Amino acid sequence: MSTKTQVEEAIPTLRTKQYEGLARIYGPLIVVEGTRDVSYDETAEIILPNGELRRGRVLEASEKGVVVEVWGGTTGLEMKSTRVRFLGGPLQIPVSTGMLGRIFNGLGEPIDDIAPPPAEALADVNGAPINPVRRAYPQDLIITGISAIDGMNTLIRGQKLPLFSGSGLPHNEIAAQIARQAHLANSDEEFAVVFVAMGVKHDDAEFFWRSFNESGALSNTAMFLNLADDPPMERIIAPRAALALAEFLAFERDMHVLVIMTDMTNYGEALRELASQRGQIPSRKGYPGYLYSDLASIYERTGILKDRKGSITQVPILTMPNDDINHPMPDLTGYITEGQIVLSRDLFRSGIYPCINVLPSLSRLMKDGIGEGFTRADHPALSNQLYAAYAHVQEVRSLAAVIGEEELSDVDKRYLAFGEAFEHRFINQGEYEARSIEQTLDLGWEILSLLPKEELTRVSEKELEQHYIERPSATEEG
Amino acid sequence: MDQEGYITWISGPVVRAKITGAMRMLEQVEVSSFRLVGEVIGMQEDTATIQVYEETSGIKPGDPVFGTGMPLSVELGPGLVGEIFDGIQRPLEILAARSGNFIQRGIKAPALDRERKWVFTPVLKPGTELQGGEILGTVPESSLIEHRILVPPGLSGTLEWIAPKGEYTVTEVIARVRTPSGSQELTMIQEWAVRRERPFRERLSPNVPLITGQRVIDTLFPIAKGGTAAVPGGFGSGKTVLQQALAKWSNADLIIYIGCGERGNEMTDVLVEFPKLLDPYSGKPLMERTILIANTSNMPVAAREASIYTGISLAEYYRDMGYDVALMADSTSRWAEALREVSGRLEEMPAEEGFPAYLGSRLASFYERAGRVVTLNGNEGSVTIVGAVSPPGGDFSEPVTQHTQRFIRAFWALDKSLAAARHFPAVNWLESYSGYDADVAQWWEDKVSPDWEELRRKTMDILQQEAQLQEIVKLVGPDALPDSQRFVLLVARMIKEAFLQQNAMDPIDAYSVPQKQVALLQLLIHLFERGSQVVAKGAPIGRIQKEVTIWPQLVRAKATIPNDDLSGLDRLREQLDKELNQIERDYDEHQNPS
Ligand SMILES: Nc1ncnc2c1ncn2[C@@H]1O[C@H](COP(=O)(O)OP(=O)(O)OP(=O)(O)O)[C@@H](O)[C@H]1O
Ligand SMILES: [Mg+2]
Repeated sequence: MSTKTQVEEAIPTLRTKQYEGLARIYGPLIVVEGTRDVSYDETAEIILPNGELRRGRVLEASEKGVVVEVWGGTTGLEMKSTRVRFLGGPLQIPVSTGMLGRIFNGLGEPIDDIAPPPAEALADVNGAPINPVRRAYPQDLIITGISAIDGMNTLIRGQKLPLFSGSGLPHNEIAAQIARQAHLANSDEEFAVVFVAMGVKHDDAEFFWRSFNESGALSNTAMFLNLADDPPMERIIAPRAALALAEFLAFERDMHVLVIMTDMTNYGEALRELASQRGQIPSRKGYPGYLYSDLASIYERTGILKDRKGSITQVPILTMPNDDINHPMPDLTGYITEGQIVLSRDLFRSGIYPCINVLPSLSRLMKDGIGEGFTRADHPALSNQLYAAYAHVQEVRSLAAVIGEEELSDVDKRYLAFGEAFEHRFINQGEYEARSIEQTLDLGWEILSLLPKEELTRVSEKELEQHYIERPSATEEG
Repeated sequence: MDQEGYITWISGPVVRAKITGAMRMLEQVEVSSFRLVGEVIGMQEDTATIQVYEETSGIKPGDPVFGTGMPLSVELGPGLVGEIFDGIQRPLEILAARSGNFIQRGIKAPALDRERKWVFTPVLKPGTELQGGEILGTVPESSLIEHRILVPPGLSGTLEWIAPKGEYTVTEVIARVRTPSGSQELTMIQEWAVRRERPFRERLSPNVPLITGQRVIDTLFPIAKGGTAAVPGGFGSGKTVLQQALAKWSNADLIIYIGCGERGNEMTDVLVEFPKLLDPYSGKPLMERTILIANTSNMPVAAREASIYTGISLAEYYRDMGYDVALMADSTSRWAEALREVSGRLEEMPAEEGFPAYLGSRLASFYERAGRVVTLNGNEGSVTIVGAVSPPGGDFSEPVTQHTQRFIRAFWALDKSLAAARHFPAVNWLESYSGYDADVAQWWEDKVSPDWEELRRKTMDILQQEAQLQEIVKLVGPDALPDSQRFVLLVARMIKEAFLQQNAMDPIDAYSVPQKQVALLQLLIHLFERGSQVVAKGAPIGRIQKEVTIWPQLVRAKATIPNDDLSGLDRLREQLDKELNQIERDYDEHQNPS
């Protein structure tokens, strides 16, 4: 790590306070005694005897001294001669449009061997809560070209919509496809992408880099990389530093920003480690009781402001440990985000890409961004009907497993055929295939028409008249 | 404001201070030169523990603590309706005007506008002997709410002077009262310590239903005015949509909606939608009867804890004017987590899952502030509380759900699997209950239909039978059941699709008047009874399924038949009868072969 960094330069050095020697080192934490005038949440620089510099922040301040979390980790720290300098305020990073096209570490320092882009502003990594009365309600649909998303769980500009995945599932491919294909219905404005890697493998970061490069999006992308072998505590800052840039681009530079963060589960682990080192009372699975509020302080940094042109849309990626959606990370994420896209190992095994299980998936902002004047009048009812029908397919399948397919009623057999078609033709599509909304909706009706009309009570009679295809070809019914 | 101490320790929202002045327990204080709002929540020897309602970043040991001499309080008076406040009653519009798009700390703004003039009309005459709670005069606060200016509880004496009808600001004196301890001037503002319940004369039994327009609630699991209900459910199961539906369509006079640790966009949604939506009872914009409190998940956690008390204090105040107030708290789990977080920083001994041992008693003291009462001025008013609960993993065995269940009487259990199948509202009819059903039955039978109780019972009965039959079906398939039982399955499906499911986004279906609810149910129960007769005569289920043609229309009826014209249901019933009679005829002949 460099000794003199732009962050250091950026922070006014007027009030720096420096101390030598530590009172305690435990896990990622150090205790510095005898401090004066050091505040809670203040940024610290930890200077090793060999001149190496790490950064951290004050977690607890008292008359006796302070507890500091060290983002670079405490490995190699020494009790007597380590020096700690306090910089007078919370961490600020320089931000600029010049950061697009560049690669940074978790603290926002460039790691691509090019000179740092000139700062246009300094931004507090923690941000500040958006006043709800200043938010504009997100309503503009983002077309991703993916039917399972556009048709069933539409993404809205200004929404936070995570991908819940499992290890080995193609969440990277799906996120990259979203980034590649995302556009608005009636505008060709492009998205700037802010990509944050937290504790993922080098290959994963490489994959995204290549994908952005191929699609020509790289010059419009800022990458913040904290890889698996980088200091874990930096993961606490990485998403915040990235969001500070996203806020600058969206709210000061009128850009539409898509933030992709992977993997939030690794972020949660860093937080858990920190909490347990501090001896904090755990709530579930060892995670601290404030995990919800902490995650909210990341995810809520999304949206649109009434008096600004830009927007922030978040697509966090999270691998569910043991594919368990009730694990605290996906669980608390789902409680904060505006829906979730859930990937399914079963669909993956059946060779379906993208392996999105629509039933547990949800887009809460969809209701105001689709239908007449947005997509097509029949869209809300159609997706509703597809959901209801596909949910019934699950019941029929379990019944078939008990009594055998032949014993099913005629109607239920048609449900099975519908289910197959829904998975193999509607959900399934190419990694480079971008379907229009019309294509997605028409395909939905085509597949729905495998079911008898009388079953389709979630759509109106008028919609049936307009879109239902009488007597679909017998081959499709299998 | 005097300095009463200085900071010795800070960790997140909790600070400790060395006491040097007259600091008191539960006093509202101001911390550091930023003047952050805080509250003394513990004292030991010369050290006070203070929870701070704003971001504490940058606070350091040695910073001063100032006293206010008052407990954490809200301002009560005209100008609350239609507004949006944060957890400690700061008006968010004013904060935005001062600090822009992002909430900055240390900004003080009074809850009530000091400049605005209100038309005050006196009600009492000089010379009147007064008691606390009496109505001094009235102010038209919104097109729907007449604000009644109350004598502060605890004050009594003789009215010396009252302002004539005219326009006054909230700080102008509008009355003078001679009390044993001297003459006292009253304005239209009063302060109330949020953690104290406002007094009333007497509690009444909650036997008038709060009509919500949500069929599964009004009919199966009703809530009474002054009652308490919990809505537990995992993420995405529909708690917020349900609470918003109640805020929109229930027949309360005033709604207090607390976004407690939830999403910013949800508050924006309400702010955008409510001024446009019309109250079905008065035809006026819903915002004219709504007060919003927003302490979103990323706003300071201690203020989230306070937001619940701020909300309930406002609710009680309007109750004391004689209104039926309904309070929605979304989500009480986030409030409980705020308690847990503060408790953790205090290093208190945790009970279950890190929650403090007093979780139960705090929940109790919140829900106990609901009720239908005779107010101090002899009017009737009520506060109904509906609290969302967000159990981790959707598992109801966790502490917040468990404790809440002890203090509420209606329990609307939301079910993730129903939500996944897009059965909304995802109220699980087997797990939910209401303790108000017997209390409100009389109202329904007098005002809507004498067979209400019976319809409910029959409906629940069919649903319960279905649950048992489904167990068998899972093992052997439906064909193994006799036709009479397969008919139960068919009717249960109709009850679910035609009655229980209700689309909050559909303009007609979003809200059903009581008459429509009963009429739909009568039709469904009629279907069950007539159909069972026909099946009993030997008609096979397959024929009923095919030859009765009203199924799709029956399912769509909720969204096609408007509240003000139910004749479409009569036509459906006629057609149903005709088709059943037609089938039955064949089996009558069977029984009497010629
Ligand atoms: N009555 C309803 N009609 C139609 N759709 C509904 C209804 N209730 C819920 N939904 C759907 O379910 C989604 C999730 O509902 P909601 O936001 O109320 O969940 P929640 O329980 O509050 O979740 P969380 O705990 O995460 O806040 C809504 O966005 C909507 O799509
Ligand atoms: Mg909710």
